[in-house]
Amino acid sequence: MQSLGTRRVYHQNDAVSTLPLYRSAPPLEVRLEDFEAFAVDRLRVLKAISDGLSRGKKPEEMEKLVEELWKTHMKQPKLSEAGNKDVISHFVLRLVYCRTEDLRKWFLSMETMLFRYRFKLQSPEAQRALMADLDLPYKAVNTAEFESVKDKVSQVARSIVQPPPTEDAKFYKVPFEEVPELVASRRVYIHQGNAYVAMNQVVSLVVTQFRSFLSKALILTNRKWTSSIKEQEKDRLTPIVEELSTSYLGPDYSQPRESAEISLKDIDHLAKSSFPLCMRHLYEKLKEDHHLKHGGRMQLGLFLKGVGLNLDDALAFWRAEFSQKVGAERFDKEYAYNIRHNYGREGKRTDYTPFSCQKVISSTPGVGDHHGCPFRHFSEENLRAALGRMGVGNRGMDDIIDKVRNRHYQVACTLTFEAVHGSTCDAGINHPNQYFIDSQKVLQSKLLEYMSIKDAEETIILLANISNCEPAHHVKQKNF
Amino acid sequence: MNPGEAENCREDMEIDGMPDGFNANYLKAYYGKVFPHSDIFKWMCYGHDGKHPGCDPTYLSRREFSFTLDNDIYLRFQSYTSAYELESSIKEKCPFKIDIGPVYSVNPAKRHAYAQTGDNVFTPVERELIFDIDITDYDDVRFCCSGADICLDCWPLMTVAIKVIDTALRDDFGFIHILWAYSGRRGVHCWVCDAKARRLSNEQRASIADYFRVYKGNENSNKKVSLVGPVLHPFLARSYTDVLRDFFEGKMLLSQNILSTEEKYEKILDMIPDESVAAELRGKWQEMRKAYGSKDDINVVRWEQLKSLLCSAKLKHIQGLRRCIEEIIFSFTYPRLDMEVSKHMNHLLKAPFCVHPKTGRVCVPIDPNNCEEFDPTAVPTLSQLLQELNMSGSRADMDDELDRTSLGRAVRYFRSSFLQPLLRSCKEEIESAYNSRLQQSKNNLSW
Repeated sequence: MQSLGTRRVYHQNDAVSTLPLYRSAPPLEVRLEDFEAFAVDRLRVLKAISDGLSRGKKPEEMEKLVEELWKTHMKQPKLSEAGNKDVISHFVLRLVYCRTEDLRKWFLSMETMLFRYRFKLQSPEAQRALMADLDLPYKAVNTAEFESVKDKVSQVARSIVQPPPTEDAKFYKVPFEEVPELVASRRVYIHQGNAYVAMNQVVSLVVTQFRSFLSKALILTNRKWTSSIKEQEKDRLTPIVEELSTSYLGPDYSQPRESAEISLKDIDHLAKSSFPLCMRHLYEKLKEDHHLKHGGRMQLGLFLKGVGLNLDDALAFWRAEFSQKVGAERFDKEYAYNIRHNYGREGKRTDYTPFSCQKVISSTPGVGDHHGCPFRHFSEENLRAALGRMGVGNRGMDDIIDKVRNRHYQVACTLTFEAVHGSTCDAGINHPNQYFIDSQKVLQSKLLEYMSIKDAEETIILLANISNCEPAHHVKQKNF
Repeated sequence: MNPGEAENCREDMEIDGMPDGFNANYLKAYYGKVFPHSDIFKWMCYGHDGKHPGCDPTYLSRREFSFTLDNDIYLRFQSYTSAYELESSIKEKCPFKIDIGPVYSVNPAKRHAYAQTGDNVFTPVERELIFDIDITDYDDVRFCCSGADICLDCWPLMTVAIKVIDTALRDDFGFIHILWAYSGRRGVHCWVCDAKARRLSNEQRASIADYFRVYKGNENSNKKVSLVGPVLHPFLARSYTDVLRDFFEGKMLLSQNILSTEEKYEKILDMIPDESVAAELRGKWQEMRKAYGSKDDINVVRWEQLKSLLCSAKLKHIQGLRRCIEEIIFSFTYPRLDMEVSKHMNHLLKAPFCVHPKTGRVCVPIDPNNCEEFDPTAVPTLSQLLQELNMSGSRADMDDELDRTSLGRAVRYFRSSFLQPLLRSCKEEIESAYNSRLQQSKNNLSW
């Protein structure tokens, strides 16, 4: 086996990187217990990274988090064993997460994040060694060329509050398309198609390469899995692999449960009682303007699907609003198709999943848009007004605004939930549909406290038809 | 043709009994005699016209075209294997709009044979880098028109957008083969056709769109432009000093009367981070209202007052005050792109030389080096072109016919400034790729 990355793992020399590149699977023997145990430990790390990101942790906090997580879950008594665990767990998880596009996307994101922060924690020599390993064909800029771009490069440094480059600073001249994150955030000087990347930005280069390689590898792994491995291992590894992927991602609300349907007439009332602010805002704007732009239609439409609105009711809902602005005919021609598309009845028939908070927060609403996360995009004034309309009192308001100023948008939403419902939400809000379900649960249990058993039973059945909860469960718990 | 002549033409048309406007019959004649079929075909082939052994015979057929017919009938995933097929289809169907989509991995007409495999084999593989700028996105800063209307007072916002983006595409990103086109009603489109641009992934496209992104507002936020950092990135600084500042101070202040009324100037005062500074200006300006008799334009005077106050030494300690001037100018003038159009390879965009159904105007190319002279109100319309054809009598030579219409100049510009240099470069690429493949196989054969 020729993997440079893995060979490196056995060195005791500290200056050399302990960060493997996972180029190829190690020909090691793995005990079956370790197969699962190693993967579970790594999964703990990846899941914690995912949580950290949803809670809006800043890069410095993430770096610390990754360091701690790695120490907690991935350390072994001997260095060589730690290296093995690292590589083995990665490849096991590749099997687990190669099987659908959503799984691949999640795994790719988290492994890339993990790699990025572990890379940053390496010494500069180790980083340079890794760069050489990756065989990146980028040249350091020579002195003459550096002179010609020095002013511009310094200007960029100052614009991102970094110290201007010194005389002997190393810069790499890289085609701009290789460093999309640096281009997007205008953190590099670009000229004639080349970006001038500072040494401390090199992380970006390396991460892009890592990500691109892993993305292709996952597709290949999937092919191998479907064509041979799954069948070969059906009594041994396959059950372990299949179980691992469902246990840690959390529900994605793509399959509304059995008695799931909410009806049209319930929506208005539910919007006021159980929608999170982002969806409430979209709903209000839709009622007001009888129109929403594409981003808003996606975000609200998929949320409603997750809540249990079936396709026919969804079409009726949107038609009722849009026809007041563009007419029923235009609605049928221009908008109905996209709604059916969202439910997987058109085109490539993907059944789209409702957006998680992470996705909502990262959207970029533009002119005329109302989607995205209001905690992120609303001015303070508008946010206070909107929260006030939801029923948040003055005391809760200040806490929430404080969280928003520190960019902890999901925590702000959680506090909003708590203020509006008068109860705690320990899990924290990660998904608009989760907000809805939790809200319905709270409202139902409140109702139970004040009613006779008979009334309670009837109401629960009614409410159960509105939300996704099982009636029997709650009745059993209460002693009247 | 200048506005004066266009005016006469319209009057003539009514006299001659040929009503102004847009309809299927006119379109038929347009596609029959004016629309530059072979130029569009050559463009879409990108050099793969079969004349060189290195040409890819499937290239054109993997490109998606989309037609919007009368009665809003929408035909997607149309593909063609020859110039004749493309031209006949257009002439037969007479689409109200032709959209150009990406080049896929396989012929889009055969996509169903591939769609269901998990590996997603039916997928875009090449697509121009495109931008779409619509003047309705500026409705909060233009007061002369709103909605679909445009005039020569607000159109310069588009000119400014072209200059900023075009310069960056060439100087910063190194692109060469760039086509700007009038959308026919209220905006402009940009097609970047370099091979490198066509092969960019969605993520790379998004990064370019984000590089250009400055304006982040909508009605829910107060501050739409936030320029952080002690100095501006060279791209923003250049755009500011070369284009935006002079346009704002020299033209827009006056043409849009940006500070003339309380309602308008309050919006600007809202952008000043320090309330006491805003209050001082408010006081000055309210005073001014009562007896303004000077010959100097009130907008200019107020703007100068704002600038000198925000830059004054006594207020140097207040954070972000000087930067505020730039933010105001950026928020009014900086290009507002539709991000979604640029980020995805599968986004469709209207083809140049289509006729806009609501205005009858042709989507003509715009020369970025002379974009200040472009006048959207003088763009040839469908009925005008047909009138010109009728008046000139019939001639056998197509090119001659084109020249007798006011579209001739637009088509010639398209060919000489865009198409020919593009095709030259495409041919070179095909040849060199072919030669290196030959070389490689020779190397592989040798022991």
